[in-house]
Amino acid sequence: MGYAKQPDFGTPEVRSDRTVTLSIDGREVTVPEGTSVMRAAAEIGGDIPKLCATDMVKSFGSCRLCLVEVEGMRGTPASCTTPVTEGMVVKTQTPRLEKLRRGVMELYISDHPLDCLTCSANNDCELQDAAADVGLRDVRYGYDGAHHLGQAPDVSNPYFLFAPDKCIVCSRCVRACDEVQGTLALTVDGRGFASKISAGTTEDDFLSSECVSCGACVQACPTSALMEKSVKEHGKPERSVVTTCAYCGVGCTFRAEMRGEQLVRMVPWKEGKANRGHSCVKGRFAWGYANHKDRITSPMIRDSIDEPWREVSWAEAISYAAGRLKDIRAEHGARALGGITSSRCTNEETFLVQKLVRGGFGSNNVDTCARVCHSPTGYGLKTTFGTSAGTQDFDSVEHSDVILVIGANPTDAHPVFASRMKRRLRQGAKLIVIDPRRIDLVRSPHIEAAHHLPLQPGTNVAVLTAMAHVIVTEGLVDAKFVQERCEVDAFEDWARFVSDESHSPERLEPVTRVPAEELRAAARLFATGGNGAIYYGLGVTEHSQGSSTVMAIANLAMATGNIGRPGVGVNPLRGQNNVQGACDMGSFPHELSGYRHISDAETRALFEQDWGVTLDAEPGLRINNMLDAACDGTFRAIYIQGEDILQSDPDTKHVAAGLEAMDCVIVHDLFLNETANYAHVFLPGSTFLEKDGTFTNAERRIQPVRRVMDPANGYEDWQVTQLLANAMGLGWDYGHPSEILAEIARLTPTFAGVTWERLCAVGSLQWPVNEANPDGAPVMHIDGFVRGKGHFVVTEYVPTDEKTGPRFPLLLTTGRILSHYNVGAQTRRTANTAWHPEDLLEMHPVDAENRGLKDGDWARLASRKGETTLRVKVTERVAPGVVYTTFHHPETQANVVTTDYSDWATNCPEYKVTAVQVAPSNGPTDWQEDYADLSERSRRISHEPAE
Amino acid sequence: MSNTHARLIYMANQIARNFSALDHEAAAMATADHIQQFWDPRMKAGISGDEPDLSPVAARAFVILRTEGEPPPQTRATVFNPVDEGGRSDAG
Repeated sequence: MGYAKQPDFGTPEVRSDRTVTLSIDGREVTVPEGTSVMRAAAEIGGDIPKLCATDMVKSFGSCRLCLVEVEGMRGTPASCTTPVTEGMVVKTQTPRLEKLRRGVMELYISDHPLDCLTCSANNDCELQDAAADVGLRDVRYGYDGAHHLGQAPDVSNPYFLFAPDKCIVCSRCVRACDEVQGTLALTVDGRGFASKISAGTTEDDFLSSECVSCGACVQACPTSALMEKSVKEHGKPERSVVTTCAYCGVGCTFRAEMRGEQLVRMVPWKEGKANRGHSCVKGRFAWGYANHKDRITSPMIRDSIDEPWREVSWAEAISYAAGRLKDIRAEHGARALGGITSSRCTNEETFLVQKLVRGGFGSNNVDTCARVCHSPTGYGLKTTFGTSAGTQDFDSVEHSDVILVIGANPTDAHPVFASRMKRRLRQGAKLIVIDPRRIDLVRSPHIEAAHHLPLQPGTNVAVLTAMAHVIVTEGLVDAKFVQERCEVDAFEDWARFVSDESHSPERLEPVTRVPAEELRAAARLFATGGNGAIYYGLGVTEHSQGSSTVMAIANLAMATGNIGRPGVGVNPLRGQNNVQGACDMGSFPHELSGYRHISDAETRALFEQDWGVTLDAEPGLRINNMLDAACDGTFRAIYIQGEDILQSDPDTKHVAAGLEAMDCVIVHDLFLNETANYAHVFLPGSTFLEKDGTFTNAERRIQPVRRVMDPANGYEDWQVTQLLANAMGLGWDYGHPSEILAEIARLTPTFAGVTWERLCAVGSLQWPVNEANPDGAPVMHIDGFVRGKGHFVVTEYVPTDEKTGPRFPLLLTTGRILSHYNVGAQTRRTANTAWHPEDLLEMHPVDAENRGLKDGDWARLASRKGETTLRVKVTERVAPGVVYTTFHHPETQANVVTTDYSDWATNCPEYKVTAVQVAPSNGPTDWQEDYADLSERSRRISHEPAE
Repeated sequence: MSNTHARLIYMANQIARNFSALDHEAAAMATADHIQQFWDPRMKAGISGDEPDLSPVAARAFVILRTEGEPPPQTRATVFNPVDEGGRSDAG
């Protein structure tokens, strides 16, 4: 498609059951009551000149350019702030309006540099357009008087600049920051002529301000005052392609705005149903990794990990990989082979990897990164509700009255959804936060949690059971919902269990460290405060009782009747962009796509018939079991697409030992990642910008991913898997991902109604898309649970076996930060490092002082498993006795410290609870030094011709 | 005893412990069912059931697996969807 600006209706859409009919310039228009005259005019193709209005923020009425005449009304009201009324007669163009607008425009231009031809916004500037629209031909005021020209721009932000001399102080940026992002970082400083946009810092330095670089201000700016540096560098885009972000599970859709094959900028797509036109620093700006110098675009092989890599042709690499796989299978059997699918790749690519493992390798040893994040969600929600996914769409939060956030930090990990949640909170919804850390949501501008329960890490089940105790014993259960929608026997068992005095907040306070009265108040609020919605993240799942916690959450939602309508529900915030899709596609070793168990003969037969193979009827190995089996010699080869298990998985030394023990490790990735240190074959991958396919976000929303440039490595990832499959003798002949999607739909009932063409036509579909839900299902379990009746599960609190003691007295919990994504493979290769150049250890002032540590000091972080060093950040965000760090940087290798304890049901690692000690340090640990050597050694690439 | 063997015993005991709200036989059946549904064959074969470190419930679960074959579904998590059941196939 060519380049056109996204439509701007001037003021936000209004939802109302009642409509109003009016006349604008002689044309009749009917719009929802409450709509502005400006928007009504835009709906019929009108274009009233405007500067301070844009449909992403509420009307402001400051620029006085959008004046109109209304029959029977005095003066010339601003069309952006004037609501329509029945029978209204509006004129948008009269001699009086022309004169007024020109006068206003003349004043704006009199203090604006007339350097349009060399301005980065030339031909893409609303001020320029407005001047043309009002017919401005002359500016009578010279530049001799006071003006704002010549002010130096603020270039501190790596991605955009602020040029105050181009600013018309329309406040669109300030309002976008307030209303859309909810950070309130910007303000208008000064009054009258001295008014200026300020980031609130002494030097007006965006980088050091509260700005989170979401880009909303840049998007809102009508001039080049706030402008992407990439536009300044490359020029105005010439075409745009709508695609889906490859960062977190929110699944924002963007317009990739291009010049030739050069990506100029990513602009959030206003029609995107997941992000509704908003973005974060990662999706909006952090795409430079696609062309980073570290990217490997030639296949490489080596016989041993002690050798340097050797660049080879695709044919040689694929033949070598297939040969080794076949040899190993011949010698050790099919169950010695396996693979890992990628939650960063498309549904189609993921489906093919599991198909290759099951149908080509002949085993079910396939797993995915959900093993280490949301596998307990699958188990827990399946058990209670019958479905392995969140119950709501993101729009649902607009109807919530009480929002319970447990084990999630949405402002960092799911920022675009967090902005929508914050908007609802600013409207008055109540907030309960259950988290060991005082995350930003607990108290931020215009938001304060009604209750923050700072629990001891590892006690989620105890806290939720105590809340259930209050709800049941104080008679706050929604008895009607339970009676009609749930298994009553199971409910009664559960109610008896939680009512026991041993589960009261008071009795559990010594375990949870949550003040009993505060917990009681939170439970009462959740049960009685109206629509109650629960949002959770990896602070729930990454525990030895991750699955139990998910079930305890589901119990709470059912007991309070908070399921089956907008505003309520159980909402897992998924970590990676396509982790939901990877799970849907049969990436787990025990089930085929659509969550059907591999032991079911009828399901197996369906796939066997379609694929022309025989499938193993037994479940395969999970990632951690693959590594165990590798150390035992029974698992010998692995194909890993787009995952870096050495950095992301727990107990790094064990992961390294497992990988090192294998005969053939095939890594398929953009970069020589940490796992590739142990690889024998490296197959270059393609970025999301270089491929077609689909991602499925945390709302079960399937969205198209579109190729905007050719793959730098020559192939999309599904094509590479196909090359390997065909070298294994499978004879695949997919020509486009749409053909793979058709196969998925053919074999997966929840995807039955999904086609590439339909997705492209409607933008997205939320599964299930089938006969019962032809257009998908934004909210699930409306009239009944997927499994029929909701099932309450008794969740006995079982303390973790990871204990603190004299040697390891602190509890470490890990997480992520706004500017980085997962292991940082992508974001570390962008300017996002400006915000987070290294992993830091957050520590309470008391704990720091006891150890003689000050902010910025190097510290040794040690557990029973290993040790690393990193700098300390002294902060009261963490409670005494708890420390926190991220896992974004391989130099730190935070997972050297984490243990192999895991969720009882799914083996999801217990990242959130590790007993540690912290002490001052003056240098890297032995492990870090050894690893740095290995890392350098194993990344050597020989350019000598092969013998 | 290999590290893997010790880990498998730990895993079996951990599963059994999380079914402790059930009575002994029901907990053993649930544990057996869970292992049957989610463990790879070499993992199942890795434990004889006689290991002294196994908890009574876990030990009983392996006896059930050895002597009684595949147990009927004990928990809803192990009731998997029929091949093409419309509208309910999303469960997992």
